[in-house]
Amino acid sequence: MSEPLVFTKARTGSSVIRRAPLLAVSPARRQALAMTLAGLGLAGPAIVFLLGLFLLPAVAVIFVALTDWQFGAVSFSFVGLDNYRELFADATFRVSLVNTAVYVLIVVPGTTLTGLAIALLIESGNSCRSFYRAIHFLPFMATITTMAIVWEALLHPTMGLVNQLFAAAGLPTANWLRNENTVLPVLGLIGIWQNLGYAMVLFLAGLKRIPQDLYDAADVDGADLWIDRLRTITLPLLGPVSVFVVIVVSLKALESFDAVKVLTQGGPGHASEVLLYTLYRESFEYLRAGYGAAIAVVLLGLVVSLTLINTLIMDRKVHYQ
Amino acid sequence: MSATTSGSMSTLAGIFRHAVLLLTGALLLFPFLWMVSLSLKAPGEIFHTSFFWPAQFYGIENYGKALTEAPLLRYLFNGFVVCALILALQVVLCAPCAYALAKLRFLGRDLIFAVVLAGLIMPHQVLSLPLFIIGYKFDILNTYTALILPYAVSPFGIFLFRQFFKTIPDDVVHAARLDGLSELAIVWKVMMPMSLPAIIAFSIFSVVGHWNDLFWPLIAVRDQSLMPPPLGILAFKNEEAGSDYGPLMAASTLVMLPLIIAFLVGQRWFVEGLIQGAVKQ
Amino acid sequence: MASVSIQCISKDYGQTPVLRSVSLSIADGEFLTLLGPSGCGKSTLLRILAGLEVQDVGSISIGGRVVDGVRPKRRDIAMVFQSYALYPHMSVAANMALPLRMYRLSAFQRLPFLGRLLRGAAQITADIDMEVSRTANSLGIGHLLSRKPGQLSGGQRQRVAVGRAMVRHPAVFLLDEPLSNLDAKLRVQMRAEIKELHRRLGGTFVYVTHDQAEAMTLSDRVAVMLDGELLQVAPPQGIYSDPANRRVAEFIGSPKINMIDVVVRERGLIDVAGATLAIDSDIPTGTPLSLGIRPEALCLADHPGQGILTGSVRMVEHMGSDLFVHLDLAGADQPLIARLLAERASRIAPGQRLHLGVRADRVLLFTRDGQRLRREADLVCRCVTPLREVAG
Ligand SMILES: Nc1ncnc2c1ncn2[C@@H]1O[C@H](COP(=O)(O)OP(=O)(O)OP(=O)(O)O)[C@@H](O)[C@H]1O
Ligand SMILES: [Mg+2]
Repeated sequence: MSEPLVFTKARTGSSVIRRAPLLAVSPARRQALAMTLAGLGLAGPAIVFLLGLFLLPAVAVIFVALTDWQFGAVSFSFVGLDNYRELFADATFRVSLVNTAVYVLIVVPGTTLTGLAIALLIESGNSCRSFYRAIHFLPFMATITTMAIVWEALLHPTMGLVNQLFAAAGLPTANWLRNENTVLPVLGLIGIWQNLGYAMVLFLAGLKRIPQDLYDAADVDGADLWIDRLRTITLPLLGPVSVFVVIVVSLKALESFDAVKVLTQGGPGHASEVLLYTLYRESFEYLRAGYGAAIAVVLLGLVVSLTLINTLIMDRKVHYQ
Repeated sequence: MSATTSGSMSTLAGIFRHAVLLLTGALLLFPFLWMVSLSLKAPGEIFHTSFFWPAQFYGIENYGKALTEAPLLRYLFNGFVVCALILALQVVLCAPCAYALAKLRFLGRDLIFAVVLAGLIMPHQVLSLPLFIIGYKFDILNTYTALILPYAVSPFGIFLFRQFFKTIPDDVVHAARLDGLSELAIVWKVMMPMSLPAIIAFSIFSVVGHWNDLFWPLIAVRDQSLMPPPLGILAFKNEEAGSDYGPLMAASTLVMLPLIIAFLVGQRWFVEGLIQGAVKQ
Repeated sequence: MASVSIQCISKDYGQTPVLRSVSLSIADGEFLTLLGPSGCGKSTLLRILAGLEVQDVGSISIGGRVVDGVRPKRRDIAMVFQSYALYPHMSVAANMALPLRMYRLSAFQRLPFLGRLLRGAAQITADIDMEVSRTANSLGIGHLLSRKPGQLSGGQRQRVAVGRAMVRHPAVFLLDEPLSNLDAKLRVQMRAEIKELHRRLGGTFVYVTHDQAEAMTLSDRVAVMLDGELLQVAPPQGIYSDPANRRVAEFIGSPKINMIDVVVRERGLIDVAGATLAIDSDIPTGTPLSLGIRPEALCLADHPGQGILTGSVRMVEHMGSDLFVHLDLAGADQPLIARLLAERASRIAPGQRLHLGVRADRVLLFTRDGQRLRREADLVCRCVTPLREVAG
């Protein structure tokens, strides 16, 4: 009983001895200050560049979209939302928007489903895993500019391999890249070809995170056919990854440009005009800065909302264990 | 009995797996093989035969033409310079920032991280217009600087390094401080050597991205002597009017080669980095 | 209900042998524990029993039926996993219902939405729901049925895992360290519940653990495994007091059994750290032996004498009712550990000289290569007078 008393006494005593001099900054505050200086010093250069190269331009693009500025012009005036009004009244932009949507709707399901199927197949056995992973992943890191030229050769209307094979098999041939009806699906296929490996890698990572124990439990519980295992365990547990893959591939598809630039320049007509290509042409070929900025803002809006949707869904998902 | 049936079932499943994966793999790889094949064929042969193997080996002429008629070596050199400088800048700028975000507690840290995240979701093409204006104002368009500067800092790099640094125990940092290292020295002498996998993953990520980039170089440079490989190939294609595929394919093969080698060497880290990056949102 | 027979099971992972010719018979309704240190192959044996792993050599029968190559679902077994392996995306009810659904509903009846319309499906589903809730209630988790595993505590998850195994009324329950993820207090409580469950269900239980207390309190018999070998199968008391060899003796019991290397001097006499113990036996002179003395086979003695070990106290560990005294003996490199009743030994302090008597009937003799010498060793013992109490 007497011990706590002794303890209190001792502590009071020591505090008397070590009382801090008046007016001095407490050690804790001095340390916090040092930390803040160090932190800002280390993060500073990166932050300056981040502000200058990302945030400032983002603000600028929103600002320019409200003006009628043209590259090279000495003056400009505010036009409010006129650029947007013009944009949505413009048939080409509407076509571009629809084309982008169609393109995304081809690429996203195609990439996700084939990527999932290939990931499941790779993971269903033990042999040659990294080999299969590598060859399916290779297109994702290919230089699209060059690969587009290869695709052009393959799809050449008269002498391309695709048409030769189709003709030999008695299938209808086409001038794939010059036909309004085929150009977008063909570009979509190229998009799938390119992004498939990315989806596959993400699914493989998701599959790795499913504990083997669950499959063992399913075996013992009688869910031991592959279809049952798929339905009871694999697919439900891949849910969050799938959402993520869909969003990421959508973003990739929204930002596709190279193949269009190399292969079709948006043609024939405007049949393969996609958002980023329209943005490029309005801004840097027609030099209509204000108008181009408005397209950029629309694109930015789409990207940001997709990202937000992703975050929302991820947060909502029940956190399994 | 049932052991043998399940045995033969799984053999069958294994055969099916290999068959499908080899088929899809072949389909995916086919354009690459076709590219190499075309690069070895004579002009007359290119569209007259669908055979894969060239009847007449024309590789020397095609590759020779690619190297002489277009400044291909120059393009490749530009690619190396641009990618290397971008990567160096990114690492130098991102690592200290990532360290501060991961290991130091200071006023404004959350705000800084929010800025990083905002940069992370922003597609770079959207920013091309103001960046072009900045480049124009400072008169740096059509220079290496124009190709490099916009990518000097990578939000993804900061994010990736921060994730990795967070897995390094605080005690390591404390021990380094006791040994008298400054905060900056801790970044370079302690954190970086311990984060080699993250650095490699990020390097491959960054190099592949900028080696392949067409959009920004298309806007930023006009001079052939400054063009990175994709833009150069595009220029070469336009000059050749798309008819002479042999040299074009030879050039394409040469442009892809460094990447493919890098990929085969660093495959594991690359995939790792992608997965790390996937966790970003 | 079924007996289990394991015959000469061997299993290698690549070059490393994990199980070496393990044979074991488990009676119908028996509670058998596989006890062994981490990595000795317990889980592997259990997984082979379950059919999740295939043995390289040997044969398993359950209920008299050879089940080699038979899929897990057809073996009439259920398993509780160390990690519980609950399906994280399913409610507790769905987790527990899954085995029944897989067994009773056809593939078509299990189809989402459509399946429910098929003939008989509704009735079977209703039956399953009823059985699930009955089982859940009997385990005290009836109120948790709509929760997801992520929303449960460790103990509740453990019960759900047991419930999922129970609903099917399997002949054999396999449990792989089901309590190892629980805190100490809950572990003791769940131990009692598992014992009760075994009594109530009457099935054959094969229980894997590395915790001796669990093995001792739960089992009808304990099978001790070390390095992939089955060293001894016996009732808990037998494992402790009558180990088959030195490795079992050293593995079972905490603190570890004291092992003293000795050489038989002349007929029946051995020297232990300067003291002389007498074994009235006909072991030839010069035979090297190891003497195994459990800490509680030592007791305080008043003064040195024949059969009394004397040494200086190195350390005293207080354990509440008991205390462990570490005694340095002359010429021994390891201290001797004695378990003494706290009330009798409270004044012992480090550095003090202490005399300990050896309870002759509790001393175990081993050859130097670890074989147990089973002969009535009657060492002379002179303990302080109320010896029975100390032993009790
Ligand atoms: N899939 C595998 N591949 C290679 N070795 C394995 C594999 N599974 C287990 N082993 C090895 O087999 C040995 C026995 O493993 P097992 O899981 O049966 O041990 P255990 O007795 O259950 O241990 P614990 O108490 O830690 O669970 C270990 O040495 C382990 O490293
Ligand atoms: Mg185990």
